[in-house]
Amino acid sequence: MEILQKYRRARIFWPSVIFLGILLFNTIISKGEFLSITMMDGHFYGRLVDIFRNGSKLMLLAMGMTFVIASGGIDISVGSVMAISGAIACSVIRGNLFPFFQGSVFFALVLAVAAGALCGAWNGFLVSRVRIQPMVATLILMVAGRGIAQLITNGKIITVNSPSYYFINGGYILGLPFPLYLVIILFAGLLFFTKKTAFGLFLASSGINDKSSRLAGIRVENIKLLVYVFCGAAAAGAGLIESSGIKGADCNNAGLMIELDAILSVAIGGNLLTGGRFSLGASICGALIIQSITTTIYAMGVPPEVIQLVKALLVITISLIQSEKLSIKLLPAKAAAQ
Amino acid sequence: MKKIIGVLLCLALAAGFAFANGSSDTADSGSDKLVVGFAQIGQESGWRDAETASLQWYASRNLDTIELHFADAQQKQENQIKAIRSFIDMGVDVIGLAPVVETGWDAVLMEVKEAGIPVIFLDREADVDDSLYSTFIGSDFILEGQNAAVEMGRLLNGKGKIVELEGTVGASVANDRKAGFDDTIASQFPGIEILGSQTGDFNRAKGKEVMESFLKTYGSEIKGVYGHNDDMVLGAIEAIKEAGLKPGMDIVTVSIDGVKGVFQAMAAGEANVTVECNPLLAPQFFQAAADLKAGKTLPRWIKSDEGIFRAETAAKDLPTRQY
Repeated sequence: MEILQKYRRARIFWPSVIFLGILLFNTIISKGEFLSITMMDGHFYGRLVDIFRNGSKLMLLAMGMTFVIASGGIDISVGSVMAISGAIACSVIRGNLFPFFQGSVFFALVLAVAAGALCGAWNGFLVSRVRIQPMVATLILMVAGRGIAQLITNGKIITVNSPSYYFINGGYILGLPFPLYLVIILFAGLLFFTKKTAFGLFLASSGINDKSSRLAGIRVENIKLLVYVFCGAAAAGAGLIESSGIKGADCNNAGLMIELDAILSVAIGGNLLTGGRFSLGASICGALIIQSITTTIYAMGVPPEVIQLVKALLVITISLIQSEKLSIKLLPAKAAAQ
Repeated sequence: MKKIIGVLLCLALAAGFAFANGSSDTADSGSDKLVVGFAQIGQESGWRDAETASLQWYASRNLDTIELHFADAQQKQENQIKAIRSFIDMGVDVIGLAPVVETGWDAVLMEVKEAGIPVIFLDREADVDDSLYSTFIGSDFILEGQNAAVEMGRLLNGKGKIVELEGTVGASVANDRKAGFDDTIASQFPGIEILGSQTGDFNRAKGKEVMESFLKTYGSEIKGVYGHNDDMVLGAIEAIKEAGLKPGMDIVTVSIDGVKGVFQAMAAGEANVTVECNPLLAPQFFQAAADLKAGKTLPRWIKSDEGIFRAETAAKDLPTRQY
């Protein structure tokens, strides 16, 4: 009972309830078909698997974005970084870039993630050292990044033929999609890192008030730089998943507008966009909510003309459910308790 | 010192004028050469690059009969207008134009008309009076949809259930390709049922995600997929494979554009048909220009020559594809 009470008060409570609610809604609408999972060629197959696999890139982005937002910043360049990472990976495998390493998936992945981290370092440098406002600083790469990706691929969609590269998106371990393991491993690592070291505290503290944090001896600049580097690397990972899914690099469309979904995941998770305390798990729940909304819309056969409207209505509803002011108005008892 | 520079500048200007006059002399010296000025939009997509390459390649192969003055406007209308004015000064026989925007052409095209030069719109039309241009050469997106429907009917022997991947909501290309396809299926192939239709935004990742969902909803009922462009179908092919089905066999594909990727898929037996949307418009363009110079009247709309390519010949066609 005590654990339940604790959970009830945690940030992750409402997002996880909403996510389960969406699943329940779909299950009822589809008379159970939505949850059905079958075995296909030795792996699980069903809409639930789709949600976790297609949502994995958004979950990766949401984790990076949570850190950046907790530090009091924002990163709107993640979509472009995804395009760059896909372009680099595919070009290396094809041998257009570094012909010496042609076909080496390992080197392609290392280089793509390093490029993502470098992009993040650039953002972090502008924000923490030059002190440009985060929105403006990352806007630069958001606009220029797609151009860089186009340069790498010569403006064409390049396709690769490499089974080990496909594994990043289409592979299965113990019947579960490989990208899901990436998310779980990263999540566990980050959770350990933020809870068991002082990093989480320092990060939240710099987000709330960077001046007093600096006076308290926290190296705010370095923490900010680090979160942008991590966000860039996470975006590169998401870019690899996307590019592996279509077996090629499509620089015009990879991660287009996904930065907004990433920010929305963090917000729906109940994290404050002004920075400070944060919950990684809540952001991941937020990402799953967004992905399941998309899946719901496809499953229900919503006509394409009204998709955006339906999405907007759902997001408003979810925000209202989480709004504290509204719940106090609707439930006077709760107000009295407070 | 200043004076000397001034004199030099004047000399340079004079030389420039002399050169400009000289070149215009050759342009309208009454030779039998077909002199064409073409104002291209710029480099905006692979499709347009292919169109530009086609025009320049065709002209370079026919140097003794065609003189092409090519202007790249870098996506700016004022550059296109400047180019058209310089074509008038040169006295070209025919002006070709791919208008970057629809409006704002009346004044400059009136000047062209007063100079007695016919105008051909290539692949895009402008919103001007009919008297200001002679003909438009371009694709008929409705016809492309109709052709796709006929191919789908042939592949399925007129019977089966299919799904449709639409282009970006509201794009005229998507609307026309949908209308042409859906109407033809309804009127000519009553045995074919369109189970679902959803937008895939003309890109691979969305095409794949939508197809995954269709496969969950309808399963192996789906016998065919129609995509408003090749890229969405290339994404759908991945989804079909992941569902344990064989694209091209269990689920046939018909799409539009004719990009290289789909030819590779067809050669591998994973796609069936692509209806071409042809950027290689040079032969038709120069033919129309020659006809106009000879004083012939042309139809208002010359539909571009568009082939239909099937899996059987894909391996043979692949090396010849330029875009």
